[in-house]
Amino acid sequence: MELAGVTLALGGREVLHDVSFRVQRGETKVILGASGSGKTTILKLVLGLTRPDRGSILIDGRDIARLSEQELQRCCRERMAMVFQNAALFDSLTVRENVGYRLWERGTMSDAEIEKIVEESLAFVGLEDVLDKMPAELSGGMRKRVGIARALASGAGVILYDEPTAGLDPINTCLVTRLILKLKAKQVTQIVVTHDLQTAERVANSVLMIQRGRVVFEGTPEALKQSHDPAVHAFIDPDCLSAHEQEAAGLTRPITQPE
Amino acid sequence: MVAPTFALRDTVIGAVLVVQEFTLLCAQAIAGLAASRRYIPDIMLQIERVGVGSLFIVILTGLFTGMVLTLQGAIQLEPYGATIYVSRLVSTSVVRELGPVLAALMIAGRVGTGIASELASMQVTDQIDAMRAEGTDPIQKLVTIRLIACILMIPILTILTDGIAMVGGWLIATVTLSIDSYFYWTWALEALLPRDLALGLVKPVVFGFLIAMVGCYTGLRTKGGTVGVGRSTTQSMVTSSILVLGSDFLLTKLSMVWS
Repeated sequence: MELAGVTLALGGREVLHDVSFRVQRGETKVILGASGSGKTTILKLVLGLTRPDRGSILIDGRDIARLSEQELQRCCRERMAMVFQNAALFDSLTVRENVGYRLWERGTMSDAEIEKIVEESLAFVGLEDVLDKMPAELSGGMRKRVGIARALASGAGVILYDEPTAGLDPINTCLVTRLILKLKAKQVTQIVVTHDLQTAERVANSVLMIQRGRVVFEGTPEALKQSHDPAVHAFIDPDCLSAHEQEAAGLTRPITQPE
Repeated sequence: MVAPTFALRDTVIGAVLVVQEFTLLCAQAIAGLAASRRYIPDIMLQIERVGVGSLFIVILTGLFTGMVLTLQGAIQLEPYGATIYVSRLVSTSVVRELGPVLAALMIAGRVGTGIASELASMQVTDQIDAMRAEGTDPIQKLVTIRLIACILMIPILTILTDGIAMVGGWLIATVTLSIDSYFYWTWALEALLPRDLALGLVKPVVFGFLIAMVGCYTGLRTKGGTVGVGRSTTQSMVTSSILVLGSDFLLTKLSMVWS
């Protein structure tokens, strides 16, 4: 998967500027950045939910940026799943129906086969006892894990996570991180968007850092820590910078100001 | 001088865009009819929500409309000694105008706003994006099924409203005005022409289309969290009501020209 020179403006503001990076099969790539830096937009672009103004998004060498919804479905979304920031479980469906949603929609498997996959997916995330509950009855951490189970059940080879640990307590953060690591061990390709450095360090093969829609770092988690780039340094340890350095790193400008 | 000019230009462009988006959504929803067979359980659920759920309010609407119309009509006819013909007034007013319009307004308040708020909540909690990510066309899955339910059920509810209104009129006519039941029903049915009945059935189909599509459109274009959900719900009610009243005038005028 490759993004090449992707630029996107929303509501008159440039959200992404000339963003380029690659994700190898089986790799877990973490996209780091402050809130509002354009991380979630990248996931939506990869999934074809948003179209770039310029640049290309290549999946297995095919540019998905100009495909129709039907073509996107066939060549791209069928092989991907996304865990949304607030899990985005369907309110009107039970956990069982949410997890098996894509399989039931496809209509190519028997109910018994789908039930088995749903139960296995929920067992993988440690939630086999919530099958018949509604999403409203679950805690935030449980919702995130059901979201991961939904992604797993779909059989997708690529899983995208939007802030998987945001708003979770340390125990649930640990549980979700472990699930990402388990999938990493299974060689599932993953893109994790987060602003949580600890999670990034634990799960990443490589890290991409975005600031105000621009890539400011790409490399290993170790290289991130040793980077001398003021923007990276400021993100890792904002307190150590002087007011002048914070300004140089772009930390003191309002986040909505167009560049 | 320049600022108001720009504001006017932006308003006009915005209005044109809304019409364009709405027309496109209508076209997509109609195109989705061909593939709606796979969503028969969802359609049945919507039919139950629109039809059974609205029974109580349309019965009350019809009953009180018929009763009030008979009382008021009798006052106007009494000086001419024509009170016995009050049922002609009730049946023609109800079947041609009041039944379809009042039923549609009540259903716009109950069903249209329900559709708008449900889809708006799904929109602001990323459930629509999640649906697309799961490979489902949200227009087929959410819009087309509601369109089918409204187009099927609103005419039935209108017929019920008409019937109940005439029964309400009959109650007042026999109990308060001492009009014989035989005369009431004979004059009521004799006054109705096939054209009235046809118009009384065409109108609810058009109203059903408008209520469903306006509800879906305002719901799907919601932005701005829970505040946006409230705004969309109100907008749905106001827009549906105006469109119902406007299209009622147009249909009535067209039918007069045609006849």
